[in-house]
Amino acid sequence: MSNPTDRSASQTPAAQAPAGQTTRRITVTVNDTTANHDIAVRQSLSDFIREDLGLTGTHLGCEHGVCGACTILLDGQAVRSCLMLAVHADETTITTIEGLAEPDGTLHPIQQAFHESHGFQCAFCAPGFVMTTMALLNSNPNPTKEQIREELSGNLCRCTGYHTILKGVETAVQLYGSGRRDASETTDTNRQDGGTANA
Amino acid sequence: MANSVTQRAGHAENLANKPGGRDQAAKICKGLGVKNPPFAYHRPETLDEALLLLAQIGEEAKIMSGGQSLLPVMAIRLGQPENIIDISQIRGLDSIETESDIVMFGALVTHSQAEASPVTRDSVPLLHKAMPYIGHRAIRNRGTLCGSLAHADPAAELPAVALALDAELIAASTDGARFIAAEDFFSGFLSTTLQQNELLVGVRFHQAPAGMLTSVQELSRRHGDFALVGLTCVLQLSSDGLVDSAALSFFGVASTPSRATQAEQSLVGSRPTTELFEEIANMVSNELDPPSDTHASANYRKHAAGVLTKRALADCMSQTGVLT
Ligand SMILES: Cc1cc2nc3c(=O)[nH]c(=O)nc-3n(C[C@H](O)[C@H](O)[C@H](O)COP(=O)(O)OP(=O)(O)OC[C@H]3O[C@@H](n4cnc5c(N)ncnc54)[C@H](O)[C@@H]3O)c2cc1C
Ligand code: FES
Ligand code: FES
Repeated sequence: MSNPTDRSASQTPAAQAPAGQTTRRITVTVNDTTANHDIAVRQSLSDFIREDLGLTGTHLGCEHGVCGACTILLDGQAVRSCLMLAVHADETTITTIEGLAEPDGTLHPIQQAFHESHGFQCAFCAPGFVMTTMALLNSNPNPTKEQIREELSGNLCRCTGYHTILKGVETAVQLYGSGRRDASETTDTNRQDGGTANA
Repeated sequence: MANSVTQRAGHAENLANKPGGRDQAAKICKGLGVKNPPFAYHRPETLDEALLLLAQIGEEAKIMSGGQSLLPVMAIRLGQPENIIDISQIRGLDSIETESDIVMFGALVTHSQAEASPVTRDSVPLLHKAMPYIGHRAIRNRGTLCGSLAHADPAAELPAVALALDAELIAASTDGARFIAAEDFFSGFLSTTLQQNELLVGVRFHQAPAGMLTSVQELSRRHGDFALVGLTCVLQLSSDGLVDSAALSFFGVASTPSRATQAEQSLVGSRPTTELFEEIANMVSNELDPPSDTHASANYRKHAAGVLTKRALADCMSQTGVLT
């Protein structure tokens, strides 16, 4: 392990300046598993997820915030994991693409929707689109077509031309968003997002 | 596994700090997921602690809020700070507060938070309208208003909003706090008049007076990209229907956000008509002196600035219900 004190003593002008850290221990819950990890402070969250946790479903396209492939949910919000340090995830709850399907392999309704509408081709972009769709439908179960386009505009796909992906989201609205809620309004009362049934 | 990664990272870092050790360090880092340049990390829990650190470390220190500009800068090695002071965990800096006719956004208020707030929508409508143009949802979920202002990207929307609304930036250091008027804040490409020992603790706006007309217009290659040209526009009409005050604040046309002052002066005291707006658009095209780059030529930017000016003024007038 590196010794942070050596470094700052020789490099910072003010003698009394504190050293700062080069490694740090974080506690993070990823897909329902909580654990402590020792990490290098300069490690990106995406690399932590892929390299340290071995969850390689989170893809890296550009690694500077442009493509959206690395999108995950952090405390329920969509974020670019390449634009966060692993230390930023301390005491947060993360969902990655691996956290969606049931343990027996049954696909999450959003995954099922993309599957049924042949949403992707090579599917490199798929984890980012699925997680972005998840964040969208959790906050707005019945988005308009314009809203879908707007909310997905930060994710790039090099193969499909996007139409099949948009169709996938519309199918997902049926399977996971408002469609499902309308169909089972009387029984489905304990959803966590507490969304109101739409008029 | 995690531990061995950390050890290798630490080893690489020690090497990188020795003369000629960078190449060797790079080899060890390959596939390790430590692509950011090495830095020492500080995470103060209070503002006082952060200000003290900033004073002690001096120019080797860089503040990090949302990291949505700083991390890309580091990823492509445009910047390699020795020390990072991560202020994201400081309590009490993430609120939107209204006091008499002032609305204050704390340093850690994110774009998403400001976008969703009814206070922004009702009291600072121009800011509210600018929000959807900033990157994409996932970026707005992390990036902060003050981070964008401090970053001072000439193509960013918020510096132009601050300039149009005569916002005040609140800077703090161990010596105390001071207010900096937006027009005195942006000093050049990615540069501000913030001192080395200062950080922004917030930005404050006047509450929009009744009848304030606002518009944001921009041209970018793809939705969510930084603008090729854009403007934020504010009009205030007097009771007899003449223009009482006007702000045309542009981004993407110079090294700092800039106001088209001649065109603004011609608007004031005039009756807002389509013909007048045509004239104003021509004035704007002549007045601005934008750069050429790979994305657009100077002439294209001048032309687009005029077109966007017309659209902004027409958009403002459509809010009065009185068509000209
Ligand atoms: C793909 C992509 C697209 C984007 N598109 C747009 C766009 O269209 N329009 C736009 O305006 N922005 C855009 N952004 C940038 C985004 O708005 C950033 O969130 C914002 O510019 C910086 O905020 P931050 O909190 O993340 O700052 P950070 O990245 O943490 O910091 C940015 C800079 O400001 C300094 N700083 C941060 N906070 C403070 C403070 N409180 N006091 C003093 N200095 C401080 C830092 O030292 C650093 O130099 C985009 C970013 C990405 C990755
Ligand atoms: S890999 Fe994160 S946005 Fe491209
Ligand atoms: S399906 Fe290939 S990148 Fe989207």
